[in-house]
Amino acid sequence: MKIVLKGLTKLFKSRNKDAKEPVVAVKNFDFEIPDGKLIGLLGPSGCGKSTALNLISGLETPTEGKIFFGDEDVTDLQPEFRGVGMVFQNYALYPHLTVRQNITFPLENFKKPNKLTKEQKEERVLNVAKLVEIEDLLERKPSEMSGGQQQRVAIARALAKQPKVLLLDEPLSNLDARLRLQTREEIRRIQRETGLTTVFVTHDQEEAMSISDMIIVMKKGEVQQIGAPQDVYDDPTNLFVATFLGTPPINVFDGRIDGGALYIGSDKISDVDCGVQGKVTVGIRPEGLTISDEGVLNCALKSVEVMGRDTSVVALNENLTSQALRAIVSSENARLAKPDLTFKVNADKLFLFDAESGLRIPFSAKDACKG
Amino acid sequence: MDNIDFKKLSRGARIRRGISSGVIYFCLAVWAIIVVFPFYWMLLTSVKSLGAYYSETVPQFFTLSPDFKNYVTAFTEVELGRYFLNTIIFTLITTALMLFTAILAAYAFSRLQFKGKNVVFTLFLSLMMIPSELVVITNYVTITNLDLRDTFTGLILPSVTSIFFIYLLKENFEQIPDELYKAAKIDGTSDLKFLFKVVVPICKPTIVTVVILKVIECWNSYVWPRLITYDPSHYIVSNGIQQIRESGFGRENVPAMMAAVVVVSVPLIILFTIFRKKIMEGVSRGGTKR
Amino acid sequence: MKFDKIKAWLYLLPALVFLAIFMVYPLIDVLIYSAEENYNFASQTFTGIGSENFLFVLSDPYFLQALKNTFILVIITVPLSTGLALLISLGLSSIKTLRHLFQTVYFLPYVTNTLAVGLVFMILFKKTPYSDGLVNVLIKLFGGEAVDFIDGPYAAKMFVMCFYTVWVVLPFKILVLTSALASVNTDYYRAAKVDGTPKWRIFTRITLPMISPMLFYLIITGFIGAFKAYSDAVALFGTNLNEAGMNTIVGYIYDMLYGDSGGYPSYAAAAALILFAIVLTITVINLIVSKKTAINAK
Repeated sequence: MKIVLKGLTKLFKSRNKDAKEPVVAVKNFDFEIPDGKLIGLLGPSGCGKSTALNLISGLETPTEGKIFFGDEDVTDLQPEFRGVGMVFQNYALYPHLTVRQNITFPLENFKKPNKLTKEQKEERVLNVAKLVEIEDLLERKPSEMSGGQQQRVAIARALAKQPKVLLLDEPLSNLDARLRLQTREEIRRIQRETGLTTVFVTHDQEEAMSISDMIIVMKKGEVQQIGAPQDVYDDPTNLFVATFLGTPPINVFDGRIDGGALYIGSDKISDVDCGVQGKVTVGIRPEGLTISDEGVLNCALKSVEVMGRDTSVVALNENLTSQALRAIVSSENARLAKPDLTFKVNADKLFLFDAESGLRIPFSAKDACKG
Repeated sequence: MDNIDFKKLSRGARIRRGISSGVIYFCLAVWAIIVVFPFYWMLLTSVKSLGAYYSETVPQFFTLSPDFKNYVTAFTEVELGRYFLNTIIFTLITTALMLFTAILAAYAFSRLQFKGKNVVFTLFLSLMMIPSELVVITNYVTITNLDLRDTFTGLILPSVTSIFFIYLLKENFEQIPDELYKAAKIDGTSDLKFLFKVVVPICKPTIVTVVILKVIECWNSYVWPRLITYDPSHYIVSNGIQQIRESGFGRENVPAMMAAVVVVSVPLIILFTIFRKKIMEGVSRGGTKR
Repeated sequence: MKFDKIKAWLYLLPALVFLAIFMVYPLIDVLIYSAEENYNFASQTFTGIGSENFLFVLSDPYFLQALKNTFILVIITVPLSTGLALLISLGLSSIKTLRHLFQTVYFLPYVTNTLAVGLVFMILFKKTPYSDGLVNVLIKLFGGEAVDFIDGPYAAKMFVMCFYTVWVVLPFKILVLTSALASVNTDYYRAAKVDGTPKWRIFTRITLPMISPMLFYLIITGFIGAFKAYSDAVALFGTNLNEAGMNTIVGYIYDMLYGDSGGYPSYAAAAALILFAIVLTITVINLIVSKKTAINAK
């Protein structure tokens, strides 16, 4: 089932009593979520991504705009009529009920003519339990299980009623790092097996990038960019998206374009053709920098951090606006590190942004300064 | 599943929700009226003149010519002013003594190490379950034998202890991080100084709650004052109201009675409006009294 | 250091002194009183040790009347007030506008002097030769017959007593239940809503199990409180409760101590111990039931 959002907007009354302006949680959402895909709704906390999810589930009603499931307008439909399954951040498993009772709970709400017989209910519970691999835990109480197991039960409960759409609100945030890796693979697998259109909300870009078919990056209620994770990473529309995606984060400099050439401080980085003059913001991905005697960017070495296969070179540059410059280089390349070093810059990993608006400035590099 | 008209179901659900919230508001409003009405009625009656009150065969729901003479009567014909003063003295001293003993005891239980601490604390807690009716008999005899009837001492002393407040304060004191205590010890701060300069200021919200709850308790106490005061010179407001009910104002002067009731109720209602949040919080944390 | 060892006891001393004199000693003393037969308050002498005090109290028609009144009061007001408080709290938690106002208003009776407001209730319900009282005017308006609720038939007096008791105890119960309801994680309700759970089912399967500890707490304290009813009765019917036929167990205890019928601490002690035994039994039963229910809910 594809989901279509048309001009979807949600305003909240401000909690601050003096403020007359309402808070815009979701602003003018206009996009389509294709059928059967896993979509990551990504953004920093407070950006309205949970509100967006609640609008899709029907727990919140939009101030403006429409929501379609397939061709059906569900904007005014209460959640129970939408056929969505939802997994909550803290799982919301009923503590006084066993796993089996928890999973059966939504099935008991079916009304005629969809009412299930006892056998049908048991079969469904068993099926979803098998799918999420918890068939041995059915008689336990939530409190007797680990976080990862509770998470599976929550997913099983959401799937039991055979929803058209599965929604997950920060599904991994309550798990420790190791379980998180494991569980996100699990979510990917379950989504593949069921083929359900699935939307999940997260503030963790790595999580979203690793399992999503498509990510939607949000900031302050507005969609910044939609696309396949790699496409968004390689081709960010603005400074926010560029800085939000990627670990370690992109290096950001104050730069300027003078006579068709890009300068960071007094270092000429590259000849560029972009029809802009004056101040720009420059972003260079850590993997776009390599140490070289013929490099173009002069820096002072701070430290070299070995991370196993790769090495992270930390350096300082006075035009840097992000915390410290980081370059991810091979260990051979790292051996070239010395107190005053220069970096070569890979133009594919270099982005220019408008110094005011942060919007991407497209350019073509003329010079062969790439490494 | 597709043969169901979800739109229709949805609309039905919305209408039902609308009706039910209307019913809820109606019921809540009815109870609110039942709660407020006695207060309204006492205010109203207190400003009706005696003549007007008794000439109404059907009670009137408002009066356009309020008469405040009843308040004068309430203060002159019965010694309401004195009862008021007595109550204030009783409340203040009892609360202060309670606070002093409770803070010291709570500190000992929460911070100090001594042999038998757990045993003593368990005994304290088990005493919490003893109903006051059991001990009041002997206390009455004790106070009588000590010739303390009709004195403030007799009125106050048995009302001082409150294990529940010691318990509440102890729980609160324990939330102060150990590091603070250790730091103070290293700096050579005495326990007493630490208690009054650090613990008490940090726990002020709870202490204020305890004080308010005790003040309400004192202001409304009736049983013990009734047992121990024979002479109106030591009556507190509850006794005063009872006296007024039985014999005050000659023949049944209902408006004057109501004036007295208003006067007695107002201080606590003012206290409530100021400390509404604190009081409700404190009570929901375990003000099981009454 | 020696001082350190006794320091803690010094901190405890004031509280311990008060407790020893006014709680521990009386507790032992009350047992002694209850056993001393024919104790004379003036000469402080008694004739023997035995169960005669208990036998006297248990055969005293005033005590039996008080016992009956108290039991009726408990049986009516505890379920009624708890149920009503639950309904009101549920109503409160389902609304947004005016919620704070309602909560504040509902709490008012808690901070008022029981005696004072009781007097207002008496005025509202009383029927005098010159006026029927407001409640009776209302009854007549709906075609009923005026009743004197204060000096009239037993059922009418009991009604006022129960009504006033509920009015007085409700604020606390509403407060506790609203905060219990508010502490239930809203995600449970949201999850139930996404699953289309009907309201009634949400209430019985989610809300009720989640707040059941608080509910049992209220029922237990409600029983204890109702068994100790006294000042409400005084407020409505005056100090001579025996004559009004509206005495309570606690009232009986005080009457045995004080006033015209007073001067019998032994009888008072026996009655107090009987009350304590009743309350203890009911509390233990309550605890057993609540444990059982809690296990079943698990």
